[in-house]
Amino acid sequence: MKYALFLGCTIPVRGQNYEMSAREVAKKLGINLVDLEDFSCCGFPVKSSSAETSLVLAARNLALAAEKKLPICTLCNACTSVLTEANKELSENKKLRDKINKELKKVGKEFKLGVKIKHFSRILYEDIGLDKIKEKVKEDLSPLSLSIHYGCHYLRPKELYDGFDDAENPITLDKLVEITGAKVVDYKNKLECCGGAILGVEEDIALSMAKQKLDNVTANKVDALVTICPFCSIMYEDNQRKIESKFDVKYELPVLYYPQILGLALGVDQKQLGFRLNKVKTDALLQKLEEKR
Amino acid sequence: MPLWGRNSVIDSKDLDPNFKYEVAAEIGGANITRCFACGTCTAGCPVREIDEKYNPRKIIRMVLLGMRERVLKSDFIWLCSTCYTCYDRCPQDVRLTDIMTALKNIAVREGHIHPSFREQARLVGTFGRLYEVEDFDNKKREKMGLPTIKKTFDDVTKLSKPKLGEMMK
Repeated sequence: MKYALFLGCTIPVRGQNYEMSAREVAKKLGINLVDLEDFSCCGFPVKSSSAETSLVLAARNLALAAEKKLPICTLCNACTSVLTEANKELSENKKLRDKINKELKKVGKEFKLGVKIKHFSRILYEDIGLDKIKEKVKEDLSPLSLSIHYGCHYLRPKELYDGFDDAENPITLDKLVEITGAKVVDYKNKLECCGGAILGVEEDIALSMAKQKLDNVTANKVDALVTICPFCSIMYEDNQRKIESKFDVKYELPVLYYPQILGLALGVDQKQLGFRLNKVKTDALLQKLEEKR
Repeated sequence: MPLWGRNSVIDSKDLDPNFKYEVAAEIGGANITRCFACGTCTAGCPVREIDEKYNPRKIIRMVLLGMRERVLKSDFIWLCSTCYTCYDRCPQDVRLTDIMTALKNIAVREGHIHPSFREQARLVGTFGRLYEVEDFDNKKREKMGLPTIKKTFDDVTKLSKPKLGEMMK
């Protein structure tokens, strides 16, 4: 099982704990992640300025994967949706494809049909499968109670994901967390958006959106919130202290990337899972596991 | 300009009846005229839940009425968080998230761009990424056992220039 690893912009400089843990989990499960140095931004951040440029940048990345004849594995939800959308539009609309390819020709690239894009969590669920992962679980995480945030672009727009999961009532990540033994705790408004995309436009609104989620998650006693997107994680973890002081509240809610959780269950050395890079300290939850041993 | 009240009464002489067709011609804008104003979009909008100045149904209505200037110069078109909830739930498949993108794209061409998006366009156009990667970042990555990453992408800069050139200065 071989994929071209698409890191995007945020993960390699601000979410190395996500990258480290995903690479470790991939190794344990026999997923070969290949680095393509030339992968750039997916195109999402420029879509608001120019949808056409966003398409061109996405198509350039897709062309790189096609050259290597590799499917793409993404870690960021926004990268997943932008690349999948561009792939779909360019595959279905020949006129648009010819137009974009005319642009790409200037840099010696060509969009080709047949590239596949999948988020790492979807690869785990669909290509590896719950049973196989469960066989490899070495450490029981039953002392932990975890809440899950899917993130909008993982499942929306629905038309991009060929019926994978249910955007209005998703279960795949819940199942992936459950196989580690951890208890999944549901909460109010689970599908609510993190607000990350408008953080730079109106910080007050974006932080209020993230606050609602933190309020709802901490209404129950949980050890951490689990995410699979660096944008969402920045909203809930990096901005948590800011939200606490702005609204005079206290959460101290650890925010973990799913591969950090799965990595623990698979028996990966904690150091390799990047917990020291988590901004909200994870000592208490790691201690809980230690005590159980 | 306020969006309601006596001072914001709509005057037909200020309306541009072609605006909706202009939006429809943009990438993803084609379904704008299908809207029958049910309000499903606004009901499920997480931004609107926090601040009423962002109201997708109202924005679509304004476009259909032809309130071109008011829409393009507004600050609210920049507030879509692209969660795609309205997009997925719309019974008329208006594809609101794409309509918001279309509106922002037209606004940018007319010189109205929110500074945060200008900065994002500058960074991506100049460095091929949303962040300027420093040697420090790569040293840190090496220490963590991660491969170094490229700092600039000449071909991305070349591809970005035609549409983003103005913002990359």
